[in-house]
Amino acid sequence: MGAGFRRYSTYRQATVAGAFTNTVFGFLRCYVLLAVAAGAGTATVAGYDPARLATFVWFGQGLLAVVLLWGWTELADRIRTGDVVADLLRPVHPVTRYLATDLGRAGHAVVTRFVPPVLIGPLFFPFYVPHRWTTVPLFAVSVLLATVLCFGCRYLVNATGYWLLDIRGPMILWALVSGVLGGLYFPLRFLPDALVVPLWVLTPLPSLFQTPLDVLVEIDPTPRQLWLVVLQAAWVVLVLVLCRVVQRRAERRLVVQGG
Amino acid sequence: MRAYWALLRGQARSQTSYRLSFGIDLVSNVWATALDVFTVFVLFAVTRTLGGLDLHEALVVTGMSACAFATGDMLVGNIERITLYVRTGRFDAVLVRPLPALPQLVLLDLPLHKLSRAAFGATVYLVALGAADIAWTPGRALLAVIAPVGGVVFFGAVFVVTASVAFWWTESGEFGNAFTYGGRDFTSYPVSVYSGWFRNAFAYGLGFAFVSYYPALALLGKPDPIGLPGWVGWIAPLVALPATGAAALIWRAGIRRYTSTGS
Repeated sequence: MGAGFRRYSTYRQATVAGAFTNTVFGFLRCYVLLAVAAGAGTATVAGYDPARLATFVWFGQGLLAVVLLWGWTELADRIRTGDVVADLLRPVHPVTRYLATDLGRAGHAVVTRFVPPVLIGPLFFPFYVPHRWTTVPLFAVSVLLATVLCFGCRYLVNATGYWLLDIRGPMILWALVSGVLGGLYFPLRFLPDALVVPLWVLTPLPSLFQTPLDVLVEIDPTPRQLWLVVLQAAWVVLVLVLCRVVQRRAERRLVVQGG
Repeated sequence: MRAYWALLRGQARSQTSYRLSFGIDLVSNVWATALDVFTVFVLFAVTRTLGGLDLHEALVVTGMSACAFATGDMLVGNIERITLYVRTGRFDAVLVRPLPALPQLVLLDLPLHKLSRAAFGATVYLVALGAADIAWTPGRALLAVIAPVGGVVFFGAVFVVTASVAFWWTESGEFGNAFTYGGRDFTSYPVSVYSGWFRNAFAYGLGFAFVSYYPALALLGKPDPIGLPGWVGWIAPLVALPATGAAALIWRAGIRRYTSTGS
């Protein structure tokens, strides 16, 4: 974990550039969603009032780099080059090892990428302050679960490299699906219920992004909030088990190329 | 000219030789823009107007932006790989050839798989023009053609400027995305949804308002709620000219600054 933190703290300029870009997109998305709320002419849209929408957008922009939806190809790169052999020789299981590094990376992102948009947003837009004390610890747990879950999904996408070598196809599919069905482009509750409920229960995608944000803006009463987090935890267990199964099967058929 | 043609043909051959990968890229690129359009539909499921425009009118703005961005991205977008060339010093190889650097770089990486997205963007634009209630005149027809062309040039200039940042700031990473992809998002919606200094900076300071919003208003014959006069939409595509000039200046200054990596 420490190694992951230190490694990402060496890319200082890229971190600044990333935080800047997240902030610009925060403005863009926030204005659009607030215009939707204004155009609807009702006090709330799909349960969100303007303060909740703005908080949803800005915490979402901060969360983006913490859960890291996109841009992790380390495992796939190592599979292609054959370096992955070194991972298999280590006494720690590869899934555990990569997860620990990823949590270190996420810890670094919380400090450098989460904080700037979360501080800048409320300066220019309304901000929803949680009313229940339970919300804040629940949000922290939910962010942690989302990070682990997102790591698991990324690991699975990368692990297709054991079979495909070139993972561009799965990678692009993942980037498209996770963004829109995770809740990044618009809150998923804008969609009809008949779509949202199956999406939430049958896929891990809303648990990656939408759940922590919905927990934070208290869109549901406490029991429902808790259930969403429990659902998230169930997906974490399932996906991590799947990672280990896939890893075991891959190790049996892995042929490393090289001279 | 023959040299450029050779570069282009080489690219076409190498990119299409992996048929499956090329096919996947063709399809997935359409999806990226399709999701942007889908998002507009979802937003209109919960609201009736966005920044004073209804769904059909807003889609003219979105379609024009998608068409301009996708084409500009295909033609010039890969210039953003200059960060890689500058960091590794491979830019030397481009500079020593007896051709100007910019067209070389553009043709060296021309992503043919993005053709599908440009075609999709153009389709969205055409469908939106058909669905919106436009009182067609010869002038409007001309504007409907010229505006996306101006947008393509404008986005091309934005790509060149943000890529040139690499000459001064090698590790700029995602910085350019705020203006390229950010510009696409900004121009996908009516400028009237934004406000304050942010709107002034993006819409008028950087000129993004003139890419899709004002031409669309002129086509639809609607007044601007922000208060600019009606003729603005008719001359809006001219914003591509100063943008191109600025891009050329910044690019030249950047090249002069380039000092390779040394060993």
